[in-house]
Amino acid sequence: MKRAARYVIFYAGLFGLWTLLAELKIWPPYLFPTPWGVGEALYNGFADHTYWIAIRVSLERVLIGYSISVLLGMILGLGVASNKFLEETMGGLLVSLQSLPSICWWPLALLWFGLSQNAILFVVIMGSLLSVTLAMEDGRKQMPKIYSQAGRNLGAKGFKLFWYVLLPASLPFIVSGLKQGWAFAWRSLITAEMLYLSLGLGQVLMMGRDLNDMSAVIAVMLLIIAIGYLVDGIVFKGMERRLQNRWGLTPAT
Amino acid sequence: MNSNAARVAHESAVPAKPQFPICVEQPGARLDIVSTHLAHRGLRLETSKVGLRSVCLSYRTQDGQRLLALDDIHLEVRAGEFVCIVGPSGCGKSTLLHLVAGLQAPTSGEILVDGRPVQGPGTDRILIFQDHGLFPWLTVGENVEFGMKMKGVPKAERKERTLHYLHLVHLAKFHDSYIHQLSGGMRQRVAIARALATEPDVLLMDEPFAALDAQTRDLLHDELERIWNETGCTIIFVTHNVREAVRLGDRVVLLTFRPGRVKSEFPVDLPRPRSLEDPEVALAARAVLDQLREEINSSLEAEYTSGVKPRIEPGVTA
Repeated sequence: MKRAARYVIFYAGLFGLWTLLAELKIWPPYLFPTPWGVGEALYNGFADHTYWIAIRVSLERVLIGYSISVLLGMILGLGVASNKFLEETMGGLLVSLQSLPSICWWPLALLWFGLSQNAILFVVIMGSLLSVTLAMEDGRKQMPKIYSQAGRNLGAKGFKLFWYVLLPASLPFIVSGLKQGWAFAWRSLITAEMLYLSLGLGQVLMMGRDLNDMSAVIAVMLLIIAIGYLVDGIVFKGMERRLQNRWGLTPAT
Repeated sequence: MNSNAARVAHESAVPAKPQFPICVEQPGARLDIVSTHLAHRGLRLETSKVGLRSVCLSYRTQDGQRLLALDDIHLEVRAGEFVCIVGPSGCGKSTLLHLVAGLQAPTSGEILVDGRPVQGPGTDRILIFQDHGLFPWLTVGENVEFGMKMKGVPKAERKERTLHYLHLVHLAKFHDSYIHQLSGGMRQRVAIARALATEPDVLLMDEPFAALDAQTRDLLHDELERIWNETGCTIIFVTHNVREAVRLGDRVVLLTFRPGRVKSEFPVDLPRPRSLEDPEVALAARAVLDQLREEINSSLEAEYTSGVKPRIEPGVTA
């Protein structure tokens, strides 16, 4: 209850400040829109289906890109964690690559794939692959050895050992990495979409700028935040809660 | 049920696979059960179940030296026998079980199960770990089911057998609980049920009751003895507690401190069921303990000279 009250006070204050600044008309409304201007832009965007289409296109892309990087990242991470040669060579490379912002792959992606969906996907994958790989490698190393021994002892080997033992055993250690990978994938996607006519949320955002419509820009920014937050709150928080219940871990606060 | 299984074995040329549970009422019936099990697999009571022939294991330490962990181990375990292995910590007794389980390969020598060399893990030999090794992401039931699932046992049969083995360890009520919701003793019982569910011939137990309180341990001793009686399996049980070894084993094998060798063997001919408090058990333990002391002393010496603070062995009590 107290917590809810704090939320209400904080956001009411923020809203009030915004309204006040907008009402004082220090800046012209196309540079500093009012809250209802943004609300109207949101309503119009959904009414003429622009936002629905943009959200669908963006979610589809991020889902494909993220799935591919999770799959690749798990294979790579496992490989690096279980092979000394790979660990010494590729391990260092992966860490150093992580300092490269994913959008730096854009020129390369353009040359390889042209102005297409694939170029965007490539940037998304490069953005999230490394965090997933490093998380998987770390998870595999942190996972107590006894699980794989017990699994092998009970007759699990090869893919079955990976799927029924190694993967679930390392999940608590990789879930934060998966979450980080998702955040990177989402950011990379929006960045890449801003760079050409892509139909996604990123492009709709740039369209607002091109039309000098700051209300629309802020409306789309809110959408991007909301989607990122929702996925985090529903998918990953749910996963964490389930893991905590099963493993009997105390929730990390 | 028991008498049926035994009768079938006598009447037909190819005996039917014995059904669980089998209750043993009269002494001597256990031998019948064991031979019924063996006959089903075309083996005889006289064949040694597990054989270690000149088994050596050495590995490279971090500073590049070769360390001999197990040296020329010879050990024959008869089918249905309950063998306890004791020794000071660091003598490689756990490693020995890992070798029999096939989780590790010996540097030289041979490990035979039913006369065939061990090549990797197999569900005919199930290892029960000291810290149980249960899967925390599965429920109790799913844990017990796991080995059967890997083997490809049909779902309906899996469910039935899971319940049966959970009943055997008195945990059927906890079928849907997660591991962290159970007490230490219950977890160890789940581990036993999980091992038994794959219907192994050999149970390898690595100090399974070391972390439990005395009452729970006593209870599990009784249960293990009962299960051993009912299933006719062979058990190799590693412990550092000599009394526990004498209370449970048909035979106690004493290993030396690094490198581990078989120092001596003590047959335990005391009548069952036994109790940790029996004076005969204490007396028999005394004989083993006297020899174990020498090994503990040399282990302490080794730790003194290597500059490590000596550690009192907490579990070694007569």
